[in-house]
Amino acid sequence: MTIARRTAEYVAHQATIWVGALLLVIPFLWMISTSLKPSAEIFSPTWLPSTIEWGNYTRALTEIPVLLYARNTVFITILCIVGYLVSGSMVAYAFSRLRWPGRDAWFLVMLSTMMLPPQVTIVPSFVIFRQLGWINTYYPLIVPAFLSGWPFFIFLMRQFFLTIPQDLAEAAKIDGASHFMVYRTIMLPLAKPALATVAIFAFFLHWNDFFGPLIYLTEDSKFTLALGLMTFAAKHQNEWSQLMAVSIVMLLPSLVVFFLCQRYFVEGIATTGSKG
Amino acid sequence: MAAHPSRAHGLATWINRREWLVGYLFASPWLLGFLIFSLVPILLSFYYSFCKYDVLRPPMFVGLDNYRYLFMESPRFLTAIANTLYYTAVRLPLMMVGSLALAMLLARPMPGIGLARTIYYMPSIVSGVALSIIWLWMFNPQFGLINRSLAIFGVPGPLWLESPNWSKEAIILMGIWSLGGGRMVVLIAGINAIPNQLYEAARVDGANRWQQLRHITLPQLSGPLFLLTIVEVITSFQVFTEAYLMTRGGPLNSSLFYNLELYFVAFQDYDMGLASAMAWILFAATMIVTFLLFAASRRLVYYESGKP
Repeated sequence: MTIARRTAEYVAHQATIWVGALLLVIPFLWMISTSLKPSAEIFSPTWLPSTIEWGNYTRALTEIPVLLYARNTVFITILCIVGYLVSGSMVAYAFSRLRWPGRDAWFLVMLSTMMLPPQVTIVPSFVIFRQLGWINTYYPLIVPAFLSGWPFFIFLMRQFFLTIPQDLAEAAKIDGASHFMVYRTIMLPLAKPALATVAIFAFFLHWNDFFGPLIYLTEDSKFTLALGLMTFAAKHQNEWSQLMAVSIVMLLPSLVVFFLCQRYFVEGIATTGSKG
Repeated sequence: MAAHPSRAHGLATWINRREWLVGYLFASPWLLGFLIFSLVPILLSFYYSFCKYDVLRPPMFVGLDNYRYLFMESPRFLTAIANTLYYTAVRLPLMMVGSLALAMLLARPMPGIGLARTIYYMPSIVSGVALSIIWLWMFNPQFGLINRSLAIFGVPGPLWLESPNWSKEAIILMGIWSLGGGRMVVLIAGINAIPNQLYEAARVDGANRWQQLRHITLPQLSGPLFLLTIVEVITSFQVFTEAYLMTRGGPLNSSLFYNLELYFVAFQDYDMGLASAMAWILFAATMIVTFLLFAASRRLVYYESGKP
């Protein structure tokens, strides 16, 4: 291959990548542009508004209690993350480092629940939570996290625990450490990357969750951002600038988390994907 | 797996028994959760599927009535199945070819590749609600960016979400925009795991790009591709949020997907028996398709050791 041809191919390759990337971000850019347009210009095809209308944001933020919704969402999300980390790491420890009868059978059961469509359990779960008087509370959204309601996280942590060398734990046990101490002082600190991956996945799972809040929360003041945004969208169907403004407010924290934690994020997906 | 510890010694047995207890103790959060949020609901759901049940009054056993109604009488059930199958059949090849093309484009290290991958992945983190709102605006027949762009080339755009002929296609397009990058990341990991010698040997033998793709990349990547196929089918069978927010199943039930109909039956009609029957049919269909895919994979998926 001649140098000229190789250069041409390289340029074409790079160009394809960046044209594709541009096409991909256009909806985001269009969203930002729309959110800043004065109402007279929403339906005109210009990209840059004649004046930047921050009022869309303030109006959107005052018309629906975004801060309240954000606080509700943060509350649910943080508790769920804690729940998955505590319960999931314990169970993962049991599945990777402890010997107990039925362990491998239970592990298979756990893997098969990952295949179960959530629709099968959604109706009876709703009925159970209703019997408990938990409709319009956060319990149905949070309690399952403390009982490892997302077995994929256990799986992810177990796979990581298996890669941690046994020697340290063995030495600690000879020195008289209990299983709890080994778990607490050796496994958890060494498993930080896996815990971080789970925390990030759990963040997106609950920050973006729509179905759970939709069926369990009935009162306006308890809504999450996703549910509040949906209600707002249903009421203001053609107020595109405000809709875009609220969507951006909801997206910002996700984007911040994504850019700060990219490394864990992409690695986590890649490893789980290739290991099946 | 470690060898079973000796049971001969009394102390060993005692330690052993303690370890049993500790094992169950550590696993208890999930065991409890499995019992409350999986096992009991599964049994209840199976029972409900043979009942008339509206939550307010106790369930009343009606035998196979719900199943018979779904297949023989329901005006919407078969439409929902047809729409879901169509959605899956169109989306699966587009997503696989699209994410594979992206992965091949972005697999090799080159300047700026990290940033490019990040940008391609970014849509995956957008919440379903925000995603739907953005794309309602993009697909707006009069003022949406898509039809505006088509108009520049003199192409009259369709009504997209407002047209019975285009609503499913619109939701598929949006799905590929939002998830293609995530699928790509998985495939990039797979591509990078392919030993370079294979390509070098092929080049020495004079294989062209197409032959390298056909005889090295695709067979070596068949594991991840198979995995993604299963994930794609299951995800497509369960499509809900976008349709719920953007079309409510319309127009003319053209985007009434299975899960959407299940939601309407369960949480608008409060016909929990019928909804449970639908859930079990979906479960059975998922299992059958997964099984068929696994059976097919024995012929199509290449494993290094020669055996799956």
